[in-house]
Amino acid sequence: MMAQIVGGYFTSHVPAIGGAIQRGDQQAEYWSPFFDGFPSVRQWLGDVSPDVAVVFYNDHGLNFFLDAMPTFAVGAAARYDNADEGWGLPVYKSFEGHPNLSWHVIETLVEAEFDITTCQKMMVDHALSIPFELAWPDAEAWPVKLVPIAINTVQFPLPSPRRCFALGQAVGRALRSWKGDERIVVMGTGGLSHQLEGARAGFMNPEYDRFCLDHLADDPAALTRHSAEEVAELAGTQGVEILNWIAARGALGDAPLAMVMRNYHVPISNTAAATVVLEPA
Amino acid sequence: MSPSSSAQSDCTAGSSADPRSLRRAIPGTALFDGDLAMRGFELNAMCYSFNDAANRAAFVSDEEAYCRKYGLTEEQRAAVAARDVLAMLDAGGNVYYLAKLAGILGLNVQDLGALQTGRSVADFKAMLVAARAGVDADLGGLHLGQRASGTAQHRENA
Repeated sequence: MMAQIVGGYFTSHVPAIGGAIQRGDQQAEYWSPFFDGFPSVRQWLGDVSPDVAVVFYNDHGLNFFLDAMPTFAVGAAARYDNADEGWGLPVYKSFEGHPNLSWHVIETLVEAEFDITTCQKMMVDHALSIPFELAWPDAEAWPVKLVPIAINTVQFPLPSPRRCFALGQAVGRALRSWKGDERIVVMGTGGLSHQLEGARAGFMNPEYDRFCLDHLADDPAALTRHSAEEVAELAGTQGVEILNWIAARGALGDAPLAMVMRNYHVPISNTAAATVVLEPA
Repeated sequence: MSPSSSAQSDCTAGSSADPRSLRRAIPGTALFDGDLAMRGFELNAMCYSFNDAANRAAFVSDEEAYCRKYGLTEEQRAAVAARDVLAMLDAGGNVYYLAKLAGILGLNVQDLGALQTGRSVADFKAMLVAARAGVDADLGGLHLGQRASGTAQHRENA
């Protein structure tokens, strides 16, 4: 018996999405081009019925601060809580962990010489909660257990796209070698192009976003040819969250993938927003 | 500029004594690196504390005392007092943490963008919407693959 990766779900995690959900604005003119992508995501999740989500995301100063900033951090908790992030989002539902699978991922990664940080306690922020709220809006409890993997997108030096892809590949090998019957969805959250700070605040780059979306499924190595700093220039200083997508794509492995859905809309808040679902072809 | 051509564009040259010389020069952008992270530690630590509602209330009730408690540098304190976002960034503030201070001040990321770019909030929002002009029809919008469009077709027929 071996675990199975059912596919990958990628989406922007802009905090304002949480505000729109709270107000019931999903069908407002400003928001509907983004939210209209999600019926197809939910249909797919219903079809493939995952019971575990392995999620590559970045913390925005809820769990991690600059006193100790891990480049890669893997959660190994039985439960993960969201909490007040300081600027008015509701506190979202807690997540049930899968510590045994987490430790299998951790052991596989360290064996593959990734010097990760292991977290038995770890709060998770909107970068996890919003993709879950979008995927399962009516759930009383999340239908999947969580293995969260945080990538530093806050403080340079950031890990390179190549390294994030390799991390994802190693996570994928761990998942495929897990002797359980879990059906696993891999998620990458954040992006696409956006920049919140500095005189270039408001920067978006549909051309680079197209490059990422066009190559994500069939030629992800193309995304790893830029350095992290080049990505910051191309995608904006918060657009570097594409690192989470690159890692998640790595975890999906080398076999051909089919595009289930793809949605791209400019702007949501200050962000070029995108959602993609890929599955084994 | 295509992604591939810019990948070969020049990196910043500079003296090896300045760690920032290792960073790319990106217009209107300072990458939050070790230099800024050291310079901004106290300010960012204060902002990180704002995850707690009681700390937000304490800041509002006595801003001066709260900033003193976190040992803000003169530069940081002046930037916060002036509500000057660019000066906060210069003083080592990181936007992920500053956003929590912005929340207390009732500013969202569009307000921050307007303050940093010297535009009105309406102009800044209009600039964001105008970025849509760079989105070609085949890039923007919802595209369904065979499975999802097949499902949609099936539903229409049902």
